[in-house]
Amino acid sequence: MELATIEELEAPTMEIPQATQPEIKTIPEKMIAQNLNCFFGKTQAIKNVTLSIPTQKVLAIIGPSGCGKSTFLRSLNRMHEVAGGTMTGTVLLDGLNIYDSDPVVVRRRVGMVFQKANPFPMMSIFDNVAAGLRLNGLGDKNKVNEIVERSLKQAALWDEVKDSLNKSGMSLSGGQQQRLCIARTLAVDPEVVLMDEPASALDPISTAKIEELIYDLKKNYTITIVTHNMQQAARVSDYTAFFYVGELIEVDDTKTMFTAPRKKRTEDYITGRFG
Amino acid sequence: MTISLPLHMQRWRKFKNVFMIGLCFLSAIVVIAPLFIIFGYTLSQGIGALNLDFFIHMPKPVGEPGGGMANAIVGTLIMVGLGAVFGLPIGIMAGIYLAEFGKNAFGFTVRFLSDVLSGIPSIVVGVVAYILVVMPMSHFSAFAGGVALAILMIPTITRTTEEMIRLVPHTLRESSLALGIPSWKTTLRIILPTATKGITTGILLALARAAGETAPLLFTALGNRFWSTSLNEPIASLTVFIYDYAKAPFDDWNRQAWAAAFVLIAMVFVVNLAFRFVTRSRYGTSHN
Repeated sequence: MELATIEELEAPTMEIPQATQPEIKTIPEKMIAQNLNCFFGKTQAIKNVTLSIPTQKVLAIIGPSGCGKSTFLRSLNRMHEVAGGTMTGTVLLDGLNIYDSDPVVVRRRVGMVFQKANPFPMMSIFDNVAAGLRLNGLGDKNKVNEIVERSLKQAALWDEVKDSLNKSGMSLSGGQQQRLCIARTLAVDPEVVLMDEPASALDPISTAKIEELIYDLKKNYTITIVTHNMQQAARVSDYTAFFYVGELIEVDDTKTMFTAPRKKRTEDYITGRFG
Repeated sequence: MTISLPLHMQRWRKFKNVFMIGLCFLSAIVVIAPLFIIFGYTLSQGIGALNLDFFIHMPKPVGEPGGGMANAIVGTLIMVGLGAVFGLPIGIMAGIYLAEFGKNAFGFTVRFLSDVLSGIPSIVVGVVAYILVVMPMSHFSAFAGGVALAILMIPTITRTTEEMIRLVPHTLRESSLALGIPSWKTTLRIILPTATKGITTGILLALARAAGETAPLLFTALGNRFWSTSLNEPIASLTVFIYDYAKAPFDDWNRQAWAAAFVLIAMVFVVNLAFRFVTRSRYGTSHN
């Protein structure tokens, strides 16, 4: 089934086994990964993970390096296969399997912000934000102008760049570049925004701006953020999932997770005893 | 009191530093020196024949002074242009193919053979074009010359295009795909523009090499002492003209050969500058 064509239909209700996360079940889920296994060649990076992503909330994914956080995130908008990975299991978006759909359509609805800010180097600030619109066939200039301005405002970058929209995106500072990339992602109007350590290369002030931004964005978007920084997870997220060597160890609302984790391993990680 | 080495060791280290930098600088001079020497020498030898007539007149018969190489200049432009018309699209598209889909046995084979092709002596390419084009048409032609030059250009353009596309960071492709931009648009509108600068350099090298080739044209375009812009007729070229005029026993012809050599170098130089101007980054080179 094509995701794009099914929007007008009502999403089928499904019974999803959610043994590990009773708390989240009360919130409607935007996406659900079911029995997800991800591989790079013969190496298994994700082992049988079932996790739902609550609508218009922020879900943080934490865990030590190499635990599969990024791989899991990238499997949610079919970027895992771009890096040559394979997978089994299903990922549902509004109840429909994204792996039965056109990846291009999936990625328009599930956007992604990467660890390293990477504006398109040959494009101006304006063109960077407009790229996704224009290359997806939006020709109406007024509409493009309008969306670019709206996206830059959403990304809290408009005031800083409104007089230099024709300058290169590369001329911005690292933190501004990352917000430019967020604006670029928001411009195509996704429903879910995946963020892969979006602030790990930024200074504390830029990091604070990104965090504020995430807080604002969850009013309209469903956000999943991978982070190495546990304080960040505690600050920005409503729910936190802890991954360890490819397995989902525990998921709960962030407060419970950081104050009274149920699993010993989670507690050890959060208190800094390993990882 | 600062932390320091004994004075004589400091001096020795600094001397080595200055010495090596000097050596690198000298090498850089040696690299550009031949160009200046060639430029200066061809100009000094050919200046006597270099005047407006040279550019707008036809060659004169033996014994008659003056005349020019208008037909050869036009012929070189036509054949290099024709070579580019065939060679650029094929080379660039083959390069894209190798970079994007070339991780298989076929890609490996194409890559390897393209490297072999770029090493084949140009006279052999001339003979091949003779067999492929001249013999079926049963006469020499500008078209055959263009084909020979295209064959010479293609491997260079293919391999530079591939290498330059590969140099574009993978993260750029990923962020484009993550915006829901289809794969082919990502390649054409994001990756290719980012690689333009490097690809341009490859194209220029290929064009310059083609413009300077003599051997493949001897078997294909042959040369022509008369005005012709027809693709179906033998056509003059600067290189074949230089070849003929340089070995002729007449002083004024030799001078004209020098002048033609100078004009050829200047043409390559101007095309180079023009190309770089057209494809220059809108944002300068200061940031990546």
